Amino acid sequence: MATPLRIRTDEPSLRSPSRRHGGGESLFRRASTAAGVLLLLIMAAIAVFLVVEALPALRANRGNFLTTLTWEPNGSQSFGIAALAFGTLVSALLALLLAMPVAIGVALFISHYAPRRLAGVLGYVIDLLAAVPSVVYGLWGVVFLVPAVQGPFRFLNEHLGFIPLFGGDTVAGRSMLTAALVLAVMILPIITAVSREVFLQVPRTHEEAALALGATHWETIRIAVLPFGRPGVISAAMLGLGRAMGETIAVALIFPATFDISLRILTPQGNSIAANIANGFGEATPIGRGALIASGLVLFVITLLVNMGARLIVARRREYSGAAA
Amino acid sequence: MTGIQRVSAGRRLKDRLIRSLVYLSFVVAVIPLIAVLWMVIRNGLARFDVEFLTHSMRNIGARDVGGGAYHAILGTLEQVLLASAISIPIGLLTAIYLVEYGQGTRLSRMISFFVDVMTGIPSVVAGLFVLAFWILVLGMPFSGFAGALALSILMMPTVVRSTEEMLKLVPNDLREASYALGVPKWRTIVKVVLPTSLSGIVTGVMLAIARVAGETAPLLLTVFFTDSINRNPFTGPQMGLPLYVFDQASRPTDSAVDRAWAGALALILIVMLLNLAARLIGRWRSSARKR
Amino acid sequence: MGQQIQVSGLNAYYGKHKAIEDISMTIEPQSITAFIGPSGCGKSTFLRTLNRMHEVVPGARVEGKVLLDGEDLYAPDIEPVSVRRMIGMVFQRPNPFPTMSIYENVVAGLRLNGRHSRSETDTVVEESLRGANLWNEVKDRLSKPGAGLSGGQQQRLCIARAIAVKPQVLLMDEPCSALDPISTLAIEDLMTTLKKRFTIVIVTHNMQQAARVSDRTAFFNLAGPGQPGRIVEMDDTSRIFSNPAQKATEDYITGRFG
Repeated sequence: MATPLRIRTDEPSLRSPSRRHGGGESLFRRASTAAGVLLLLIMAAIAVFLVVEALPALRANRGNFLTTLTWEPNGSQSFGIAALAFGTLVSALLALLLAMPVAIGVALFISHYAPRRLAGVLGYVIDLLAAVPSVVYGLWGVVFLVPAVQGPFRFLNEHLGFIPLFGGDTVAGRSMLTAALVLAVMILPIITAVSREVFLQVPRTHEEAALALGATHWETIRIAVLPFGRPGVISAAMLGLGRAMGETIAVALIFPATFDISLRILTPQGNSIAANIANGFGEATPIGRGALIASGLVLFVITLLVNMGARLIVARRREYSGAAA
Repeated sequence: MTGIQRVSAGRRLKDRLIRSLVYLSFVVAVIPLIAVLWMVIRNGLARFDVEFLTHSMRNIGARDVGGGAYHAILGTLEQVLLASAISIPIGLLTAIYLVEYGQGTRLSRMISFFVDVMTGIPSVVAGLFVLAFWILVLGMPFSGFAGALALSILMMPTVVRSTEEMLKLVPNDLREASYALGVPKWRTIVKVVLPTSLSGIVTGVMLAIARVAGETAPLLLTVFFTDSINRNPFTGPQMGLPLYVFDQASRPTDSAVDRAWAGALALILIVMLLNLAARLIGRWRSSARKR
Repeated sequence: MGQQIQVSGLNAYYGKHKAIEDISMTIEPQSITAFIGPSGCGKSTFLRTLNRMHEVVPGARVEGKVLLDGEDLYAPDIEPVSVRRMIGMVFQRPNPFPTMSIYENVVAGLRLNGRHSRSETDTVVEESLRGANLWNEVKDRLSKPGAGLSGGQQQRLCIARAIAVKPQVLLMDEPCSALDPISTLAIEDLMTTLKKRFTIVIVTHNMQQAARVSDRTAFFNLAGPGQPGRIVEMDDTSRIFSNPAQKATEDYITGRFG
């Protein structure tokens, strides 16, 4: 009875075998914790260094940073963020509005409508398109879209001009809506890719349960697929919105770089914080650089707020927590 | 009376309607995307020649025919490689911490929260940060490495988030089965959890690389422009392919715009090759398992 | 082979919720002990405290003592990892590692803990698969993925995987609940063979199964709604099923509740 197994060294015992791995375990745990902490430090550093480099310019500002509607840090040293922030938000939201329904449709098409064999290929195509660089989309926007939209815009302006959104005296290819269209095309692949992944992860049994209740294809999707995928779709939208707001080169090429606050999305006006940084960085004086960094700080804060909002929505529905260990 | 009842007309109609909408949305999405690709290929092929791939832009003006993007391609490869080397290990480890170790602790909730926030950092802000921290405060020069730093800031959260999602999808059964065999946690992670989610992680990392390879704004603020070949990413201005496209596109001559399209084509090819390679690796791994 | 387990005064918690209360029992070596009782009465929780799997759930903790041949599994210098090498486990749903072949699944416990020579693992694979009555069915396709087997074969593969690390005790958490009757029978046959080498503890919802295979049976029940689970009665299986001491046991066995 009660043979002390520890003595037989070739047999596993309660104490011996883990000795060899004790080092690996704590090293691995520490390395992974350190990586996480490093991310926190980087985030903190971004905020700190942007503030440090923005402060001198903000002190030198002769205008009001929040309300002034011009951006002349190099000359008169008077600049304000209002018009830029407005343009950033409106163009990004407009783009999301345009992209979301299409993206969800495409994701559903690939995950639940397209023939199984074709689905793989289509998914691959969308994956590759997610990789098309933004500067290419920007080129396409300027060369192709700006001239192409003028006709439809004029039509909208003539027939729906009583809606303030489409109102205004002049209509131009370089406008808020064109920028939003390009942004929508640009964020579409990423929203689609993420949503499709989530839709594909819906357990087969959930769908079969719905089908067994006599649900049609669409009802199955509504009952089983969409609720399951909702947190994923929200985070997809979040990624899309973040990309749209921070998108720089494409909108820098399209926006006419005005400093107005107007919801007339067909008129030749519009600008964004990111576009302004790209356009202004080349000839910026030290004060000008500081002012651009200050505007970048604002962009940082806006995206932070948007993400926190989205995060709250997702957190409320985070019912699938995989690993419990 | 019993019997098989037909699906009501209203429900059937709705089903059909949604089906058409879903098909339509795919068409709507594909039109601009195919248009972009087609334009890049058609316009890009005009100058996509040996000279383009082997020469820089040194001593070539906007009006001159010829010249190439060798310096920019080299720069982009080095910058993306450096950015990946920095961000992939950090990203993977962070995801492992969040899913396997942190579970509900205050620190892990905080990291998870800020990874989400970081996901939304605009690329231009990452560039501004490296400009402010690395170049203005530390006094380092504009360089390919500075660009890689900015790109890695963009990559990290994407790698963390996608890896995290994939790790969470690994059924807990498998972890428990491994623990029940007396396998320590870290070996369970390395030998069971990571292999199970490998293809998903590779795809996520690919998306992250693809995203940063095409970023222009952070490079604009950190690597600066040059028309010459600079093989060393640690000193002096370097070129990047996206930056090259932007630069050439903003010069108003036909030969420059041709170079821009050729650069766009090269950029897309690089990204697609990376993508393809990753998929082949993923497929090779999974088929090796089945043999 | 096979060692005795003695449990005394064991409580298990999930966060603040007490799942089982004051469990004490002795599990004899080279026998099969069955845990029966209604759903949610803590049988599985108790089973998982025996190889310290309970604590992998965040917030879960255990009070009390579990002695394996006199040695306390919850002593401060004992690592859960070593406990689990001594006390193997088979789960409700078959869970072969999807990325591994049949061969790799069987030797997973060895490989994951360090390097072993090919000849060594070859022997272990054949031994374990024979031990799990699976050898003849899979010997020609050892390099095929384990997930390609039928449910019953997968479960026997999991048993082979568990016994390959040569544990002293085998815990089985409703191992047949996801299987068809033929596969169930195969597993039950296997258990009676395995008990010569291992101490076996099985949680089951199937009363006939408990009666067929086990030597001793413990009946678990909740003290009341929202209360922790506890042991009502533990005795020789024949006695529990013919002449239980407690009214509640008889009611449960005869199907009057639960």
